[in-house]
Amino acid sequence: MSATVVTVTSGKGGVGKTTATANLGTALAEFGQRVVCIDADIGLRNLDVVMGLENRVVYDLVDVIEGRCNLRQAMIKDKRLKDLYMIPAAQTRDKTAVSPDDMIRIADELRPKHDWILIDSPAGIERGFRNALAPADLILIVTNPEVSAVRDADRIIGMTEAEGKEEPKLILNRVRPEMVRRGEMLRAEDVLEILAIDLIGVVPEDEGVLKASNHGIPIALNGRSKAGRAFRAIASRLMGDELPLEDFEAEGGLFNRLTRMVKTGGQPA
Amino acid sequence: MSIPLSMKGIGDGLLVTVPEGTWSVVRPSLLQAIDERSDFFRGAYVALQMANRSLNAAALGGLRDELSEREIVLTAILTTSKQTRVAGADLGLALEIPRPNIDQDFELDPIESDLEGDEAVLLHRTLRSGHSIRHPGHVVVIGDVNPGAEVVAGGNVVVWGRVRGVVHAGATGNTKAVVCALDLAPTQLRIAAQISISPERKGKPRPEMAMLKNGQFVAEGWEHN
Repeated sequence: MSATVVTVTSGKGGVGKTTATANLGTALAEFGQRVVCIDADIGLRNLDVVMGLENRVVYDLVDVIEGRCNLRQAMIKDKRLKDLYMIPAAQTRDKTAVSPDDMIRIADELRPKHDWILIDSPAGIERGFRNALAPADLILIVTNPEVSAVRDADRIIGMTEAEGKEEPKLILNRVRPEMVRRGEMLRAEDVLEILAIDLIGVVPEDEGVLKASNHGIPIALNGRSKAGRAFRAIASRLMGDELPLEDFEAEGGLFNRLTRMVKTGGQPA
Repeated sequence: MSIPLSMKGIGDGLLVTVPEGTWSVVRPSLLQAIDERSDFFRGAYVALQMANRSLNAAALGGLRDELSEREIVLTAILTTSKQTRVAGADLGLALEIPRPNIDQDFELDPIESDLEGDEAVLLHRTLRSGHSIRHPGHVVVIGDVNPGAEVVAGGNVVVWGRVRGVVHAGATGNTKAVVCALDLAPTQLRIAAQISISPERKGKPRPEMAMLKNGQFVAEGWEHN
């Protein structure tokens, strides 16, 4: 059994990469999967905070790469779930401390004993992004329904194509249904018209996400949160379940259209 | 256009052949030829084919600075002259055609064009944000040109898909160049030296062809007639 390496990226900052990584990792582990989350944002470490593991950090990714500890020592076990681990980024170094080959080597070392390796990519299109992309089997692009985030996502998709990676899948995060209904926010269809890749999940805006992040308790643990349920649904889809996409946008028509899109592989019918 | 210039598209850049002759004559005429096509060259990455011309570092550096003033980046020198190679290496220039940037790694497939002397290229893909295509001939895209992508062609631009990015046809000064697309709503449309911003679309998209008539942009239905 060999793990699937999933890189979570976006181009633009602040769209929810770290939140998505923490929540998908948590949800997958809750479903009984063996998961390691890696924070590849060297110098701007925060996956540990969102996962509530900040005070357990001793060694980090750069320590592993530079041989100050072994991989096992840098893996922090989650407080709640038994098969969830996190490897923190170094806070005092920058992206040049890591190379794409280092990331491939680390991912390969982790593969045999896990089911999923989730890599939280830094924003931007430079070295840090390339490091995070290098070992990826699957790329998840996180975007928000706003023009600038979609533009950056499009650029990132183009760069993954040039790397010869498989077509990424899209997470549309922070959707505000009431704004979409009023025509003030891009609809999923508008975003897909530009990006033309498969949509794997739509996550509604949810105040609980911010609260949960600040408390270090991923929202996916909260079954009553809409965003938490959306992340759990994405985790299920990663595992191969064909769940229909939730309808956060409108009461009627769109639900059916989105469902159809998932079945036909993202091509609007 | 008074001075001919031999060039071809290489991925995101251009390969320009420097004519034979005395450098003191060739240099100003090369720069003049570029100035005559300044819209096309602005922002371009250029490699120069120098054959066996021998230039010292000062001459080559001077040329690079002249190009840089025109917002052109000299990336490489192709030459068999030892002196020129050494000068190029000293200036940090590549001595072969640089591998295309990772995100601009395009196959530009030449296709038949019925206009004599004009090459055309075919891109069977969607151009995403950050992609840039620059070609002295015609450009045909089967796919979309997304916002943030750019197509600059010396000739016509034909897009079998949506145009949302920036398209520049006739960038070497050809005011007869046209832009055709199934759905033409570019961020900005340029033909020769004219620039236009798309009006807000009303109604359903339809195939259109944009051109200049008496110096004004017009878009007509692009249909069988």
